[in-house]
Amino acid sequence: MFSYYFTLAVRSLKRNIVLTVLMIAAVGVGIGASMTTLTVFRAMASDPIPGKSRQLFAVQIDNWGPQPGRNSLPDKLQPQISYSDALGFMNGHAGYRQAAMFGTGFAVTPENAELHPFQVSGRATFADFFAMFSVPFRFGGPWSAADDGDKADVVVVGSSLNDKLFGGANSVGKTINLDNHNYRIVGVLEKWQPEPRFYDVNTNKFGESEKAFIPFTSAIQNQQPNWGNNSCNSDSRQEGYEGHLHSECIWIQYWAELPTAADATKYRNWLSNYSEEQKRIGRFHWPTHTDIKNVREWLAYRQVVDDNVRVMVVVSFSFLVVCLLNAMGLMLAKVMGRAADIGVRRALGANRGAIFAQCLIEAGVVGLAGGLVGLGLTSLGLLGLRSLLSESAGRLTYFSASDVSIAVLLAVGATTLAGLYPTWRAAQVQPAWQLKAQ
Amino acid sequence: MLKMTHLAKAYRTEVVETFALRDFSIHVKEGEFVAVTGPSGSGKTTFLTIAGLLEEFSGGEYQLDGANVRGLNDNQRSKLRNEKIGFIFQAFNLIADLNVQDNIDVPLRYRGFNAAERRRRIQEALGRVGLSARGRHYPAELSGGQQQRVAIARALAGSPRLLLADEPTGNLDTQMARGVMDLLEELHRDGATIVMVTHDPELAIRAQREVHIVDGQVVDLAAGPRLVAAANLANGAA
Repeated sequence: MFSYYFTLAVRSLKRNIVLTVLMIAAVGVGIGASMTTLTVFRAMASDPIPGKSRQLFAVQIDNWGPQPGRNSLPDKLQPQISYSDALGFMNGHAGYRQAAMFGTGFAVTPENAELHPFQVSGRATFADFFAMFSVPFRFGGPWSAADDGDKADVVVVGSSLNDKLFGGANSVGKTINLDNHNYRIVGVLEKWQPEPRFYDVNTNKFGESEKAFIPFTSAIQNQQPNWGNNSCNSDSRQEGYEGHLHSECIWIQYWAELPTAADATKYRNWLSNYSEEQKRIGRFHWPTHTDIKNVREWLAYRQVVDDNVRVMVVVSFSFLVVCLLNAMGLMLAKVMGRAADIGVRRALGANRGAIFAQCLIEAGVVGLAGGLVGLGLTSLGLLGLRSLLSESAGRLTYFSASDVSIAVLLAVGATTLAGLYPTWRAAQVQPAWQLKAQ
Repeated sequence: MLKMTHLAKAYRTEVVETFALRDFSIHVKEGEFVAVTGPSGSGKTTFLTIAGLLEEFSGGEYQLDGANVRGLNDNQRSKLRNEKIGFIFQAFNLIADLNVQDNIDVPLRYRGFNAAERRRRIQEALGRVGLSARGRHYPAELSGGQQQRVAIARALAGSPRLLLADEPTGNLDTQMARGVMDLLEELHRDGATIVMVTHDPELAIRAQREVHIVDGQVVDLAAGPRLVAAANLANGAA
């Protein structure tokens, strides 16, 4: 009977085009508005590393002590760590994998004289970074732990940089000049762009991943500048690169891979002991305050999804409800206008369930059409947002296949729900009264 | 086929109770063609809607084809209506956005027949009312008489045990009305049980017998306005 009811629904909708267009427009506009914000919200709030997000932990330690108003994070811990703590953590080897890191950048001088020097973003980190974050390689692989120890001038390049310098060919073993240092390429990445860029959300949290990765140790030796966030408390500032390294300024992100809950507990204990040790040697003069947070916790803690976006989602869904109420009123008018037909069908043997099913499928067809209109309006909405947002944030405004499915399912589901009352009213039509009134 | 015993139908409001039918008894045998007559407001249509299981009754008993219909739920009443009763309405009541075939198809769909069976029955019913060539026409493209023939075809397609006709010629001119009545008589000759409500005495005399209703009660036409419900039941005639 479904195909029969579907055909009847299409015929019924054709019968009163104006009412039909109004119903579909009401649903479409509501879906368009809600899906536009939902698409952005979903992209912002999505899991950037599914499967490992509960095993990867950002590590925090309080190296500043209680200073009122020094940061606005809820647990009053700093979101980054100092260089001395980065070294202390790395030397502790307390996690299954771990990597300190900071954002940097390079002036690239191509061998090809036809290409002008250009700047690229980079990241200084440890070898574990790649395995820990499941970074995919096109050619070669990460540098070794030995390279970390040796402060080797090796580099892993991103796919776009490799395309630009080597036309996409295997460049492993070749050399590139970064900030007047020659680095040997050991690996070329596939396109890799976690959204959000969870491992460093201080700047450009929805930006592209870096184009060149070098060993942390090599970067320090070559005095690579920090291109990311740097915070110093009032008494931690020191002059020069060396002075900065010995200061309590926080500018380094630190992540550890802890596959099991037991590993995480063990790591927490180790971190606490590390902090106690710092007290014993006279560096910290305050109670131990440390924490580790997995990826999901970290993104929530750092408020990667702006509260304004959450408010927008709530507002747009409220608007969808208003649109659906309008559609419900129109459906009710349509159903009441067809009471005579419903009476005839009842007289010919349709039970209440059959009338209910017929009208509900008609509501579903309105929802389907509204969903398709909503998809078009969502595309327009996202196009509009793209023109308003920065290039990096604009990347969040693309429709995925799952977004399309959500839009259509939401439209059909919500409209069917809105159609329940008119449908119930239709099923209550008394055939005798309708036929007597003829 | 249709047996009502001391049937009552009351419409109640907070302050008043109005009886549309009161102590109403009638017995229609299989193969009979009965005309139900009476003035406007006498309860003819209420009788028909109760007979057609479109409306519930307040008291008494009603047996349709041997089955007591009191206490049946909506599904059971709908099924019984679909399988045993064919309706012919004064206003034809064809569905405007369905063509002739699809209109006739409606009760067959609810009956659950497969496509081939439905096609066969539609063609047969259309042939019977002489409209085989009009299957793809829409109601608005047909004359009143043709529309009523389609309604009759729709009523016949499910092979019902009982045809209920409510003023079947009320919206037709004399010539078309004659054609429709000829068709009903033909159906009766072929064995159909027909109950026709009409206020037109000329049509009523074409039925096998006439049942007259006044103020919701059956009256004996020969003896004047005297209640004859008991006699109807005993004799199976009005």
